[in-house]
Amino acid sequence: MKRLAKLFLISVVSIFLLVLPLQAAGTIKIGAIFPITGPLATFGTSCANGAKMAIEEVNLRGGVLGSKIELLVEDDQYKPEEAANAAKKLIERDKVVALIAEVTSSVTLVVAPIAQQSKIVLLTPTATNPKVTQVGDYIFRACFIDDFQGEVMANFVYKNLKLKTAAILTAVTSDYSKGLAQFFKQKYTALGGKIVAEESYSEGDSDFRAQLTKIKAAKPEFVYVPGYYADVGPILLQARELGITVPFGGGDGWDSPVLLQTAGKAAEGCFFSNHYSPDSKELVVQTFVKNYQKKYGTTPDALAALAYDAAKLLVDAINRAGSTDSSKIRDALAATKGFRGVTGVITFDANRNPIKSAVIIEIKGGKQVYRATVKP
Amino acid sequence: MRRNLLTLTILILILFLSVLSKNLDPYIYQILVFFGINSILAVSLNLINGFTGQFSIGHAGFMAAGGYFSAALSVYQGEKLLNILSFLPKDLAQGAIFLVFLILGGLFSAILGLIIGIPTLRLKGDYLAIATLGFGEIIRVAILNLDVVGGPRGFPGIPKLTDITWVTFWAFIAVVVIYRIINSSHGRAIISIREDETASESMGINTTYYKVLAFSIGAFFAGIAGGLFAHYLMMLHPSSFTFMRSVEILLMIVLGGLGSITGSIFGAFILTVLPEALRGFAHLRLIIYSLTLIIMMLVRPSGLIGNREISFYRIFKFLRRKGIN
Repeated sequence: MKRLAKLFLISVVSIFLLVLPLQAAGTIKIGAIFPITGPLATFGTSCANGAKMAIEEVNLRGGVLGSKIELLVEDDQYKPEEAANAAKKLIERDKVVALIAEVTSSVTLVVAPIAQQSKIVLLTPTATNPKVTQVGDYIFRACFIDDFQGEVMANFVYKNLKLKTAAILTAVTSDYSKGLAQFFKQKYTALGGKIVAEESYSEGDSDFRAQLTKIKAAKPEFVYVPGYYADVGPILLQARELGITVPFGGGDGWDSPVLLQTAGKAAEGCFFSNHYSPDSKELVVQTFVKNYQKKYGTTPDALAALAYDAAKLLVDAINRAGSTDSSKIRDALAATKGFRGVTGVITFDANRNPIKSAVIIEIKGGKQVYRATVKP
Repeated sequence: MRRNLLTLTILILILFLSVLSKNLDPYIYQILVFFGINSILAVSLNLINGFTGQFSIGHAGFMAAGGYFSAALSVYQGEKLLNILSFLPKDLAQGAIFLVFLILGGLFSAILGLIIGIPTLRLKGDYLAIATLGFGEIIRVAILNLDVVGGPRGFPGIPKLTDITWVTFWAFIAVVVIYRIINSSHGRAIISIREDETASESMGINTTYYKVLAFSIGAFFAGIAGGLFAHYLMMLHPSSFTFMRSVEILLMIVLGGLGSITGSIFGAFILTVLPEALRGFAHLRLIIYSLTLIIMMLVRPSGLIGNREISFYRIFKFLRRKGIN
């Protein structure tokens, strides 16, 4: 036993020593921090895949400024302190010129001050909390913020679907859910719609019948459930069981093949707002989806698309800056105008948030079908 | 006894003071800060689990309580107090306020420990474990629903006050206090509870009193560690204080050796450094990490150090004996 343990430890150490010098020299390094393991593993993996693919494409075309780009992906297990360690390592050890980091707003808020302090550009693909970019002038994001998504859905429901009453079912344990619900309510009532019921649940609950019964009694024409797919599946199933037949809707948290599997027929005729639709006829989107499917065997979700755009945005900025100096990269990124990404045409506003469009997706025949694009 | 204390002091001081130099790699610096915080957590949990023999797995809850409490004080009262103390040099005033807030956070945690301890410490073994586990989750869920500290959004905007000196200082205090308790008559009483509760009760030891005492002191230092953690990361989020965090602290002391202060520090060191050292493996990292832990426990079931302490005195004696032979 002891000999086995010794052998094991020696092999671990030697592999570790072997891995270290393998990192290529003379490349431009970009760091990425995602929750590749842990409760948000599917989000993290999608992001990492998207970013990796973007960098590979750039390298195939000869890289940027005459050198190849190396993407260093670190895992944080959705733990703030792990993310802080990963950020320090990437910035201090690997000397990355920019960071693409984190999926969630809460962890991004831990990493952002570190990047800001070291004056390294941090571009988050998916953190939607407005506070993230307020950390400092080196912090950017590639997605729209929660306010916009809630408003988009309110507009769509009231104007396109012409439904005048709605109920809201919020996940109280999720800030994302609360934010979307708040802005949906504001916009919807401002347009003239009426919120007839407001109920809440905690993420990870399994029985939603009490809330759904109350919602049923209020007879809404539409139910807004801005939660994550893991909870939305059971909610839809139980709602249909209770005989609620009206369409349900949500935000980008619905975007997962898992939802279609768990909810099945119950999800038919529901809508959600998203960053992009793989069905879009645009050439950028079509090429992206085709290449992604070829490489990873699945249809890319919005997170993959956003991370792909984030990586491309950074490369574009480095190219225009003509240098890997972080203040020049920052200035170039801030000056981004009309960048054609997979998730829309991106221009940064003064607060380093992108001005871009959202899409509405309908679930039809067990598939996500593109329904409309809503411009800001 | 004196020799052991001296050894511990020297060990910790060497570890931290040697790295106080400004030109230290910030990455290493940060790992050392987390190592210090983890040491405080491990040493304080060892008082409860290793020395008193009570199986508590709610340490993350105490850490969260103390951390959020002192962070909330800093965010909402820090500026005001700083203005009142403006006659002092700024660094001094800031330091004094931080010290007070940390202690208040620790006391808050200790009071919670007292409130939880009195009813639950009547339970034994598995039941106590479940009760403390439940407590830890209650704290986390309560925080998730408290809007003043950000709820599920997390609690950003905490001033960055923790540095390696603060962490060293508190790790030192925690070790000395717990070391002194263990080697006092209180400590003898505490250890006798671990060895045989019925026997020690029949010897006239107030077991409930000592159990609650150990529990509260452990909670106090967990609260301090939480405060240091909060003021280092500048952002608190409930996902840092899940059940897994409690398990991690438990792992540190089991790996290092239940009932050994140096052992828990050693365990804290390994569990802080190992995940970072394994970063080169990317996807295999967590598998190798877990494998290493399993093998360590198979090879040394009583922990790396067992219930002994490392001391220079012993090392010298050992070397001398080897030399003579």
